[in-house]
Amino acid sequence: MTLSNTLTIAKKDFKAYFSSPIAYIVMAVFSFIMGYMFFSILNIYVMQSAQFEQFRMGKGPSLTENLIRPIWGNMNVVLLFIIPFITMRLFAEEKKNHTIELLFTAPVRLSEIVFGKFLSALGFVTVLLLLTLPYPLTLSIATKPDWGVIWMCYLGTVLMAGVYVSVGTLCSSLTENQIIAGALTFGAVLFFWIIKWAAYNAGATWGEILGYLSIIDHFEDFSRGVFSTKDFVFYLSAVGMWLFLAYKALESYTWRS
Amino acid sequence: MIEVQKLSKFYGQRKAIDEISFTVEKGEVLGFLGPNGAGKTTTMKILTCFMPASSGTARVAGFDVFEQPLEVKRRVGYLPETPPVYNDMIVADFLAFKAALHGIKGPDAKKAVGSALENCGLSQVGKRLIGNLSKGYQQRVGIAQAIVHNPQVLILDEPTIGLDPKQIIEIRGLIKSLAGERTVVLSTHILPEVQTTCSRVLIINEGKIVASNTLEAISAQLRKGNVISLLVKNNVTGLMGKLRSVNGVANVTEEPADGGAAARFVVTAANGGEIRDAVSEIAVTSGAGLLEIKRESLSLEEVFLKLTTVEPSGSQAGEPSGGAL
Repeated sequence: MTLSNTLTIAKKDFKAYFSSPIAYIVMAVFSFIMGYMFFSILNIYVMQSAQFEQFRMGKGPSLTENLIRPIWGNMNVVLLFIIPFITMRLFAEEKKNHTIELLFTAPVRLSEIVFGKFLSALGFVTVLLLLTLPYPLTLSIATKPDWGVIWMCYLGTVLMAGVYVSVGTLCSSLTENQIIAGALTFGAVLFFWIIKWAAYNAGATWGEILGYLSIIDHFEDFSRGVFSTKDFVFYLSAVGMWLFLAYKALESYTWRS
Repeated sequence: MIEVQKLSKFYGQRKAIDEISFTVEKGEVLGFLGPNGAGKTTTMKILTCFMPASSGTARVAGFDVFEQPLEVKRRVGYLPETPPVYNDMIVADFLAFKAALHGIKGPDAKKAVGSALENCGLSQVGKRLIGNLSKGYQQRVGIAQAIVHNPQVLILDEPTIGLDPKQIIEIRGLIKSLAGERTVVLSTHILPEVQTTCSRVLIINEGKIVASNTLEAISAQLRKGNVISLLVKNNVTGLMGKLRSVNGVANVTEEPADGGAAARFVVTAANGGEIRDAVSEIAVTSGAGLLEIKRESLSLEEVFLKLTTVEPSGSQAGEPSGGAL
């Protein structure tokens, strides 16, 4: 696998988002929802702070616990909804338009194609995340947020988005219908969010396994500002596994077609 | 340049191609001819390493398509049936992307894109969105992407399908000009295309090669019976019988010509014997008024039909017909 070929494909697909309305619509929707969430959460935080100032009872609201963590927690939910729309076109569109024949007959390896596509979608998600930078920046005008926590939240979000995108890459490689790819992605990702529900009824061993598979649980430490190697490895290996399955699915696609 | 040996491909139970073998020499333009579903596209997809064969081997430019696909892909330019173009890309950017996939970057890429645009007559539309171009121009973009990396072998799957007659002529001219020292394999089910562009034909039907030679050789091979067309002014009674009784005539058919003012007889000689003198003599002496006598050569359509359709014996393959499609 060479980086140069991977980047050629990543660049082409990244640009493709911006040469159609997809990028702008998704960016607008994401910014609107995130802006609304930030505004609402900030309002609640301000109210709580004012109440605490007035009565001086109990524990005061903390910037990290009551503002930063809820914002990123919600951001992850929004991404859960939005990423299927970003990844659904990756391979489905190429199959539908027969441009897949161009990629598969060009002197590039399948692994380079898969990874390049993955990077393009993750790159676009990163652009979305950059759009949320004004929130912590405005906070730091008025107060002193913990930037360590914020950066770890961003890192955790990119990693988690990476898992979503890799699932999306797989689903898109299975079909030439973008709607099917999107629906499959959404279902799969949501399932791994709530997989822990089954853990409560499962036995000790299975409970632990199901709990470990829960995507969101591995975000906990990042959201507290802690870099956790264990969770980092979990996300990377999940990405690797889904991309490997996408690779295999595409390999069999050429054998079958 | 291309060597194919006992290549087979199954789609489930269905055999798309069945142990086909052929070679293409360097610089040759090979026409791959066959009805829809004969296995043309399948063969091309195997040659371009898009998909593997079920059995058999294929080598392109000395490299095995299965063992060394990257080496083969570097040397082959491929235009699939549907031009693989991105509608939301600008023509020049698209060609630059294709060049980059072949490792051509920077100033080299600019040069490669420039010459591909020029060769395919696309210089005027280099800055336009592919999706906004006409079908003919999109096809040209498809060809341009196949030649942008200056491949030794060019594989074109039905390059003129869905184009209007003017565009077809243009694309054929383009293919001819591209041939030069390149080896070209071109598939089509449109026969005149082969006549105008190819040096050799390979006719494939139901996954098997039924003929492989120059066009002239194939039609000569098939011209078993000598067919003579006779145009007479008056269809005198008994002429048909007289013609039939000529020694060496196998069959005579009659059809009205010139709106009923004249009659045309199509006389088939058995075993290719010479019957023109006897036939013309009868036409003259019977007082029918001989207007025209000519030898019918088998047109490409007939060659094709004869090779690709299984008909009961005594078929009408020798019957003359207009050459237009």
